[in-house]
Amino acid sequence: MGGKTGKHTPIFFLFLLPVMLAFTIIIVVPLIMGVYYSFTDWNAVPGTPINWVGLENYFVMFSDVSFLHSFLVTVAFSLVCILLINFIAFMFALLVTAKLKFAGVYRAGFFLPNLIGGIVLGYIWFFIFNNAITAIGSTVGSDFLAMSFLGNRFTSLFAMIIVTTWQMAGYIMMIYVAAIQSVPASLLEAAQIDGAKYHQRLRYILMPLIAPAFTITLFLTLVNSFRMFDVNFALTAGGPSGLFMGQALWTTELLALNIFNTAHRFNDFAQGQARAIIFFIALMTISLIQVYFNKRKEIEM
Amino acid sequence: MSIQQRKNIGLEILAVVLFLAYLSPFVIIFINAAKPTLQVIADPLALPENPSVFFDNVWRILNDRTVAYGSSFMTSVIVTVVSVALIVLTTSMAAWVLVRTKTKTSSFIFMMFVGAIIVPFQVVMFPLISWLATIERTLGLSGTPFRLLGNYPGIVLSYMGFGASLSIFLYHGFIKGIPFELEEAATIDGCSRAKTFFSIIFPILKPITITVMILNGMWIWNDFLLPRMVLRGGRHDIQTLPIAVAGFVGQYVRQWDLILTTTILAMVPIIIVFLFLQKHIIKGMVDGSIK
Repeated sequence: MGGKTGKHTPIFFLFLLPVMLAFTIIIVVPLIMGVYYSFTDWNAVPGTPINWVGLENYFVMFSDVSFLHSFLVTVAFSLVCILLINFIAFMFALLVTAKLKFAGVYRAGFFLPNLIGGIVLGYIWFFIFNNAITAIGSTVGSDFLAMSFLGNRFTSLFAMIIVTTWQMAGYIMMIYVAAIQSVPASLLEAAQIDGAKYHQRLRYILMPLIAPAFTITLFLTLVNSFRMFDVNFALTAGGPSGLFMGQALWTTELLALNIFNTAHRFNDFAQGQARAIIFFIALMTISLIQVYFNKRKEIEM
Repeated sequence: MSIQQRKNIGLEILAVVLFLAYLSPFVIIFINAAKPTLQVIADPLALPENPSVFFDNVWRILNDRTVAYGSSFMTSVIVTVVSVALIVLTTSMAAWVLVRTKTKTSSFIFMMFVGAIIVPFQVVMFPLISWLATIERTLGLSGTPFRLLGNYPGIVLSYMGFGASLSIFLYHGFIKGIPFELEEAATIDGCSRAKTFFSIIFPILKPITITVMILNGMWIWNDFLLPRMVLRGGRHDIQTLPIAVAGFVGQYVRQWDLILTTTILAMVPIIIVFLFLQKHIIKGMVDGSIK
């Protein structure tokens, strides 16, 4: 008899086989190859010899200004995104959980951009920033709006933040909505009868009770912003070009795009692979730290 | 009118204004997809003089060779449906035996899948492509209908591998809550283990299966980088909708009336699906994130 046992029945292997096969071919083997290639001069051309170069790719990467710049821009981008997305999503969640007539419609509307892929959104917003907003700017006579956001390194980064926020806020809102709805209404009513003001009820009752939701939303926004690729690719493509520490580079090139471009633009696959490894390690580290801190905070509350 | 009522009306107005502002980009897209190119450039904020231009633009895109809307749409549907079906089947089976087998190997395999949730596509993509090409050559599949790159088998296999972690994790959590006695009773009645799974367990998994389908379906439908790499973009290679849109934009620079029409055609299918399955989609995405 099989079942809840400490033994491996034939079914155990049979049922695991298909997914293990896919997982091994698609993730395990390429991951091991990837780590190895990052220490070689691999150029992705079949038949050319692959030579071991030790840590050279990593030395080159860390002495490359464009990589450091990409890293810093990605960190800045992620931090602003986390704050902005969560703030807006939480405000939206409070709004659509208030007793409104068309709450369902607003909810669906705020969620809508999340259904659409970053590539399509990127192209749409390219038009909005380059044509629509500039037209509004010249109509109302605002020089700031009349110049495309995508022409300047700072406003261009901000444009990416706007699009990412627009895309993700509705999704994060839904998570807050689910959390808020799980809080017993009687708790908030009792506090109201005791004379607690709205902001007090929010700060001392609602927010502590939905703390686990904050762990999830912060984690999701962090990971998604940090590995942002699609919007970056379609909206700014890394542009405009500019100077950093005396070197010309693409000023809004986030890490994921930097990895892609390093391999494709310069045909330097080993270098791109080494960057991807560092990207992976950074992503893992940030995630672990964040989960650790949030777990601790939940217990304190 | 009480203060409370007045507050509610104020909130309702605020909500309406935010709602309209939030969706205004879509309005601008529609307005400009209904104009000739020159008019889009001249005044992107003006309403279209002749809205029927929209249908001309749609017709042009539907017949455009770069977008190849019909076949790109079908490719997206096939890739999404087949990948999701195989993910559901293979990961539910795997999660079930992992929950019901208490060995070190079993927990090691489960931990390996959970650990892999964080692996970004970037870290495997370059070796993946060269290794899939090697498999293709070694098995003599190059140039056949079963070739991996630029074709269905490779991209479906890729999604099976990348969809495995989160799906196994979700199924595992759900199956843990199913009492084992249920299966025991079936086994006593003479059901084989495999039959027990398909006739008794799998139907019980329906709620989590919907979540797994939604999460994977949304991701695969909209995904860009993976198909960009695995499908390569060659002349004989299949292309999904996001790839078709990117290809079109690359070719028709600044022909905004047509580019915007393309983005609309790319958005319409998922929005229609959302209108019908709104509750499931929202629930699936929220549940998937919380667990």
